[in-house]
Amino acid sequence: MTSLYLIGGAILFGLGVHALVARAHLVLKVLAVNVMGSGVFMVLLAAAAGGEGDPDPVPHALVLTGIVVAVSATAFALALILRVKAVTGRAHLPEGEGDAESGGS
Amino acid sequence: MRVTQAVSGALAAMLAALLAVVLWSLPETQGLRDPVAAAMDQAGVAHPVTAVLLNFRAYDTFLELGVLLLAVLGAWSLGRHTPLPARPVPGPVMPGTLRLLVPVAVVTGVYLLWAGSHAPGGAFQAGAVLGAAGVLWVLSRPRDLPAPPSPLLRLGLVAGTALFLAVGIAGLVVGHGFMGYPPPWAGALILIIETAATISIALTLVALFLGGAPAEREG
Amino acid sequence: MNSLIGADWAAWSVIAPLAGAVLAALWPRSGPLLGMVVSVFAVLVSAGAALGVWHDGPARAGLGGWEVPLGIALHLDGLSALMLLMTAVVGFAVSVYALAYIRPGSGRDKFWPLWLWLWASMNGLYLSGDAFNLYVALELLGLAAVAMVALAGGAAALTAAMRYLLVSLLGSLAYLMGVALLYASHGVLDLALLGQVMGDEPATRLAAALMTAGLLMKTALFPLHVWLAPAHGSAPAPVSAVLSALVVKASFYLILRLWLDVFPQPEGSAFALLMGALGAAALLWGSLLALRAQRLKRVVAYSTVAQLGYLLLAFPLMLAVPAAWHAVVFFALAHACAKAAVFMAAGSLQRSAGHDRLAGLGGVMRREPMTLFALGIAGASLVGLPLTGGFIAKWLLVEAAIQGQAWGWALLVLVGGLLSGAYVFRVLGHGFIRDLAVTQHHPVPALMSWSVLALALVSVALGFAGAPALELLTRHGGEGS
Repeated sequence: MTSLYLIGGAILFGLGVHALVARAHLVLKVLAVNVMGSGVFMVLLAAAAGGEGDPDPVPHALVLTGIVVAVSATAFALALILRVKAVTGRAHLPEGEGDAESGGS
Repeated sequence: MRVTQAVSGALAAMLAALLAVVLWSLPETQGLRDPVAAAMDQAGVAHPVTAVLLNFRAYDTFLELGVLLLAVLGAWSLGRHTPLPARPVPGPVMPGTLRLLVPVAVVTGVYLLWAGSHAPGGAFQAGAVLGAAGVLWVLSRPRDLPAPPSPLLRLGLVAGTALFLAVGIAGLVVGHGFMGYPPPWAGALILIIETAATISIALTLVALFLGGAPAEREG
Repeated sequence: MNSLIGADWAAWSVIAPLAGAVLAALWPRSGPLLGMVVSVFAVLVSAGAALGVWHDGPARAGLGGWEVPLGIALHLDGLSALMLLMTAVVGFAVSVYALAYIRPGSGRDKFWPLWLWLWASMNGLYLSGDAFNLYVALELLGLAAVAMVALAGGAAALTAAMRYLLVSLLGSLAYLMGVALLYASHGVLDLALLGQVMGDEPATRLAAALMTAGLLMKTALFPLHVWLAPAHGSAPAPVSAVLSALVVKASFYLILRLWLDVFPQPEGSAFALLMGALGAAALLWGSLLALRAQRLKRVVAYSTVAQLGYLLLAFPLMLAVPAAWHAVVFFALAHACAKAAVFMAAGSLQRSAGHDRLAGLGGVMRREPMTLFALGIAGASLVGLPLTGGFIAKWLLVEAAIQGQAWGWALLVLVGGLLSGAYVFRVLGHGFIRDLAVTQHHPVPALMSWSVLALALVSVALGFAGAPALELLTRHGGEGS
């Protein structure tokens, strides 16, 4: 039973990575990061259920900590997206800026 | 773009498959069950997850409160946040619901905080419930909710982190190590820290909700 | 008993910036004062920590009186002590510089709390001995750094901050998945314990790959460097200095820590050579971009991309000479001081001229001889001219390469030095062109020019600190007692 969750976690993580790279809209990227995070949390919780006796409390505590960190990062990211949108008018990152010598300082 | 999508999809699928295979084949471990169980009698609380969060791995929890605080500081540093939400919700439904919901949320939050010592619950769950109530509250009464004075708001946001750090330093000075409690006082200190943390977490969540409002609404 | 003293120093090294950060969040107005107090304390406690390690060897402290595997341990050894010292010295200079650079008002209220949190997260990272705790410290570090990049506020800075944030989150989640794998397979989180129980299983290998890849993203290693130059180039000068000098080193420190103390050495040399190749690519590509850039701060930012390449040479060099990482850490130290000084000097010139286009900076450079001098000597250390810290660092790298008969890497170090010479002299050259009209010139405040000069002198003086620094690095590994 726990292996189902382990594999589910792996799939969520992969989906998140894909969406983070493939999706252009910043809100979708931030959601993708959250999907990745959920994948990791699922793996941790599944690991806690393995073994004998009551579930291992340590991964539960780690996941609680991780959730709060994820909430904080998400909230800050959303605030940053709003600023990017307000200043540049777009909620996308400019394409191919890369190593070009772009203006602005 | 299509090529990027295909490549990233293929790579992500490979990564997921690799992770799945490796995780599938892992033997089960006992993890840290036994060390936690052995130390529970000195933890000051009866629930193992709370004991791990606020005693055995208190430093993690302290840093995590720091991350939460830093998120607010960061969001504020982006400039221009409206003290009130952009769009009031019209109609009587919202205020009516709130009149019923907010007291329930407060009672639930306080219960969760208290329950944390012996059952699932604790500062984060309590803070989340109270924070949600706060968000609803701000959404529904945009006109007559006075913005709290800034120093007081800051005190509320920092209270959890500051108190936690103060207790942690006291532990070092007294000789129980940084982030350590004298075992007989552990239960009481944990409850005090959790109470402060609950207030800070709830306020932080509301502040973060407000913090990113669009710039043009400033005023 | 001896190790207890070192352990206390470790705890205070974390507490000093943390307390400042918490208080600055409470009273942002007192930020400059708190920043100074924290700077002084940080220098004192990290010196104390280094002395403790010097005399008594590495120390561990189980936080809250809980020993591992139950609790979290702070781990202080030569490597972490040197990183603490580096952070303290650079942080001190940057703080003094920021007193004058960050103008009073809302900018100041924003800068100081973020900067102190950043400082606290770096010290926390250097001392933490717990895989999950390191994740929290990494996130703290990432958020603080991104928020500081966004301080500049323009479109370029905000876009750069956004890119940085996404890379940083991807990196830390890859790291966290590695931690989850390690916990699922070994049931402990303490790095030292993990190092003992770990074999060469598939789960360990996958965890090592994920964690290394995640941290390389945060270190901005080629080809994942794209976010660095816009982020470092468009941030306020003290922020650029801190990011380029310290923050990228923090994630590299963790890579080094994991491979030295935790992960089993991989069989064969493929991994080490891959890392070396990435380093070489970063060195060449970053230098070329620095040669092409038209803005001073961009040149300096691309120079960071290039110089980070040297850090990765640790891996191929360690194949033949196990102690080669000492040279790399010393290089990181020398680079931190020199790069922070160069970025701060660039910030002074930019403030003075009102822009940082290389073509128009010559006149201002000539009006600010002290800043130009500081830029010159810090640049010399960056290039690795004799009598500077950078020279000793590159000397040690070449020496390790020759010892291991790795002629290719030795040659690479020399070519990298030549390239950095080219872009540093390209910048300095503008200061010696005659008959330049100065369109605009605001004198640089004394605090700014003195702090830059002081740090530039430190970067040169490091040339004489090679022996003790390397000696400190030998205090490595398990507990002293």
